[in-house]
Amino acid sequence: MGRTQEDYYRGVRMAPYDLVKELVVALAGVGILALIVAGALSSPDVAPATIATWSHQDQVDFVTTASGELAGSTISAAYGPPYNSVGAGQSWGPIAPQRWFGVRIPVNSANAFVIQPLQRASFSNRPLRAALSAWLGASVGQQGKWLDTYTKALTKATVQGAAVRVAPGDYGPLPQMMSSLLGIAQDGGLDGLLVSPGRFYQTDYTQPLLFMGDGGYLAGLADKSHLTGSLWGMMNETGSYPGQTWLWLYTMWYQIPPFTSVSGVLGINSSNADLMVIILMTVLTAALALVPFIPVLRDIPRWVPIHRLVWRDYYRPKGHDPAQSG
Amino acid sequence: MSTTNSSEDRVERRQGSWTLRIRAAMERNLPLDHLLPDRQPYYVGSWVYVFGVITIAALVWVIGSGVVLSFFGPQWWHDSGTGRFFNSLHFWSVQLFFIAMVLHLWGQYFMAGWRDGRAATWMIGVVIFGISVLTAFTGYLSQQDFASQFIAINAKDAMNSAGIGSFFNVLNFGQMYGLHVMLLPIGITFLVVAHLVLVRARGVVLPIDPEGGPRS
Repeated sequence: MGRTQEDYYRGVRMAPYDLVKELVVALAGVGILALIVAGALSSPDVAPATIATWSHQDQVDFVTTASGELAGSTISAAYGPPYNSVGAGQSWGPIAPQRWFGVRIPVNSANAFVIQPLQRASFSNRPLRAALSAWLGASVGQQGKWLDTYTKALTKATVQGAAVRVAPGDYGPLPQMMSSLLGIAQDGGLDGLLVSPGRFYQTDYTQPLLFMGDGGYLAGLADKSHLTGSLWGMMNETGSYPGQTWLWLYTMWYQIPPFTSVSGVLGINSSNADLMVIILMTVLTAALALVPFIPVLRDIPRWVPIHRLVWRDYYRPKGHDPAQSG
Repeated sequence: MSTTNSSEDRVERRQGSWTLRIRAAMERNLPLDHLLPDRQPYYVGSWVYVFGVITIAALVWVIGSGVVLSFFGPQWWHDSGTGRFFNSLHFWSVQLFFIAMVLHLWGQYFMAGWRDGRAATWMIGVVIFGISVLTAFTGYLSQQDFASQFIAINAKDAMNSAGIGSFFNVLNFGQMYGLHVMLLPIGITFLVVAHLVLVRARGVVLPIDPEGGPRS
């Protein structure tokens, strides 16, 4: 800065000030308020959904999702990087960071969510072992035919007890496989198997969350809790608690064109909205940080007389200055 | 003769010592009466200046309650009444922290607080705001409740689209929790200290467009 504070404030009247007292009073005030609100209002803690509850409460959705994993038609199966190379990922012209970093968290949805759990369960289950052998031994074309007819039949499926029933048809080994997978899930086995296969300690929930995200059950619960994207999504919290309200600007872009438009403008549309909103917010955040150097943005405070309210004593005519008379 | 030699020695020693250079810079830029001032320009009496102090106070409560939560571990805040209370204290302290920080930010914007060599103070403040948003985000992901699941499943698409998801996996509780309780709070604390040191070293900015110059 060059100048000392003494030079900077030369001619400005100084007043007594107690920094430590101010901080202690603020600490006490904020603490009392936080303690009262915490005691009176508690905090959000809605129990997480599990694959077990999903498979108990929406059996058809579970089996349809698992069949979709085998068909490669679910969100995760067709996602692209970083999970697999099936989908291209989002891009804007040559800007395609999703593709640039490749497959770094490999997830083969059919194998991870259906085949491998069934293989683990098949050691003590002869019919399942036979069904799996039939499935794995069939051609891709045959598997596709079975899946096609089975998926169509699932739209009219009924639930009897804990099982899913479809009209008789040529579904190959799929009914046996899906019945077994549903049983494993209902027993709670799939929740554990998907977290971190082969390891005792586990903190990575990538696979179970991807699987649940593919189904309609978790999205339905979110809809009932008013958490969905059309209601500003991630900003919200369960119950009547405040969520991440500071994400309002980020979330707002998802509510307006061109981010909601299929056709879009300049290649910006709903299919690459995530990437474009991230780019936009990065630019806006950089602009906020660089306000001191950006003409117009740095001049707005001079034009908008809010500072006259903040420093009203300073701007008051000298004859009416209470600071002087004090 | 000996006096001259001694003086030259001191000058030579001072020029060669990094420690002495840093000490001299600190004495020059941040003397104790600037660090803990007992006098301020009279216009600092405005209510807008309170938001910065409240932000710091709320941050202290956020960190304090967070330390207790991290000590006892994730199960504690779900299964125990005391744990649930500390989780609530953490939750509401965060809300107060953000309210005060946003008011402080807007206050400083309309006061053009970056003037007269204070751009770095403003920029560090914006970075603190950004890292705070990220820290809160990882906190919501670490709650281990239904909202965490929903936020993770939705947020992954944004992270993956920008390539960030390859390294910052919002579906990985261990990674999010580690960042939330360790690296990000350290980053915020370090930057807040830097922000405060700059505020105290440079002092609060003069009002905009003083008519007729500074008033006594």
